[in-house]
Amino acid sequence: MQLSVNGQSRDLELDNRTTLLDALREHLGLIGSKKGCDHGQCGACTVLLDGRRTNACLVLAVTCAGREVATIEGLAGPDGLHPVQQAFVEHDGFQCGYCTPGQIMSAVGMLEEFERGWPSAVTGEVQPAGLTAPEIRERMSGNLCRCGAYVGILAALTDVASRS
Amino acid sequence: MDFLQPSTMAEALAAKAEHPGAVPIAGGTDVMVEMNFDKHRPPALLDVTRVSELTEWGMDDGRVRLGAGVSYTRIIDELGDRLPGLAMASRTVGSPQIRNRGTVGGNLGAASPAGDAHPALLAADAEIELQSTAGTRVVKAHEFYLGVKRNAARRDELITAIVLTPPSGPQQFCKIGTRNAMVISVAAFGLALHPDRRVVRTGIGSVAPTPRRAYAAEEFLAAELESAGLWESRAELPTALAREFGEKVKAAGAPIDDVRGTAAYRLHSLAVMARRAVTWAWTDYRTARGT
Ligand SMILES: Cc1cc2nc3c(=O)[nH]c(=O)nc-3n(C[C@H](O)[C@H](O)[C@H](O)COP(=O)(O)OP(=O)(O)OC[C@H]3O[C@@H](n4cnc5c(N)ncnc54)[C@H](O)[C@@H]3O)c2cc1C
Ligand code: FES
Ligand code: FES
Repeated sequence: MQLSVNGQSRDLELDNRTTLLDALREHLGLIGSKKGCDHGQCGACTVLLDGRRTNACLVLAVTCAGREVATIEGLAGPDGLHPVQQAFVEHDGFQCGYCTPGQIMSAVGMLEEFERGWPSAVTGEVQPAGLTAPEIRERMSGNLCRCGAYVGILAALTDVASRS
Repeated sequence: MDFLQPSTMAEALAAKAEHPGAVPIAGGTDVMVEMNFDKHRPPALLDVTRVSELTEWGMDDGRVRLGAGVSYTRIIDELGDRLPGLAMASRTVGSPQIRNRGTVGGNLGAASPAGDAHPALLAADAEIELQSTAGTRVVKAHEFYLGVKRNAARRDELITAIVLTPPSGPQQFCKIGTRNAMVISVAAFGLALHPDRRVVRTGIGSVAPTPRRAYAAEEFLAAELESAGLWESRAELPTALAREFGEKVKAAGAPIDDVRGTAAYRLHSLAVMARRAVTWAWTDYRTARGT
């Protein structure tokens, strides 16, 4: 099959039970996306599938033909780090770094969702002016961090949100 | 394992007829978890995500026809005004990543007593549309859940849509779990007031082998609202009435003890949620926000 990853079309021969996460890690050598739990609970495997954040461990690679997959490896541009990556560095948004690629991909998707005006479970009837701490926490709740770097992650995302 | 990937409804139904053992996969947030745990090795998977009739919603004669494969994210974003109860429930499902993939059709297919869409569907008097090559039939939500993880769909049928008239009054959804995100609910409660028909509808989750309605509570509240003339007067809801309603909702539960909570805790939560939900909904009704 053909899989389009970070704008490049890649040819792959896969068992149809292979998850997108295993296809990325084991067949394409893209090991940025991590396998924390393999059942949708930790978010370490988060990638963007047609722009939507998705747990790659819960998607079969065969269902991704014709769709665009974006992983952490493709995030930085020619001019350097993506603003979310930069903010994680500046605000100590990680300790061991295991959850970080998933956190960052999730955050990129999250910022875009907020931009579109999608409400969250903590959003009231009136949209708040910006991404408040409760909004960020709720919207990032699909990504766990075993090291507890949440304070730094929150600071990083508050910073990025205030700049955009 | 066979992998079937139909792109039209006709192809999908033909595939299901030919391979009744094939497991449909929509968002995959239940199916993949089972596969990754090796609990489940289906002979074939039937990918239903490329069939546009399943992934669209539309209005037909005042009723919403929600394709079984519309994601929670889209329900929250696109149907919050028409189906606030279902949208509220959708906001509490899993994480953003899960909501981007997960669907109500998948929730119905799994038919878990803890599925969050069910209380909202029950409260809205929703109907489930099932199709096979033999034709289409419609099952009322309260007749759809047959037992723990068993539903009314036959092996040759696909769940194709949820059809419902948006309730004419306010709706509420409450859920109690251990953490805010990704909670499998300890107890959940859905409520819709239908002032046009002078009826009250409820749905309770995680407190019985199947999602179910609290019939006695519905009848009790509707009768009290009627006899006190409250539907017309929109006067304040007596607190004793809200409390009694909560107790009657609780009486409809038949929970088990498990790691997520004892039966007594589940029932207590249910009574509290029902009392609060009816109070909020009635406040909305009085200020006519929900009508
Ligand atoms: C981390 C995590 C957290 C979760 N949290 C919640 C939660 O808070 N609340 C909740 O309710 N659920 C939760 N779930 C469960 C799951 O996300 C929901 O049940 C979801 O609605 C399933 O939808 P899906 O499209 O992903 O289903 P799938 O996994 O694709 O399918 C689920 C079942 O439905 C069948 N099916 C799917 N589509 C059809 C169809 N068109 N016709 C017939 N059968 C069909 C499948 O064969 C399967 O048996 C969670 C799951 C995970 C992994
Ligand atoms: S590895 Fe996919 S969510 Fe944990
Ligand atoms: S930085 Fe170690 S798990 Fe998050």
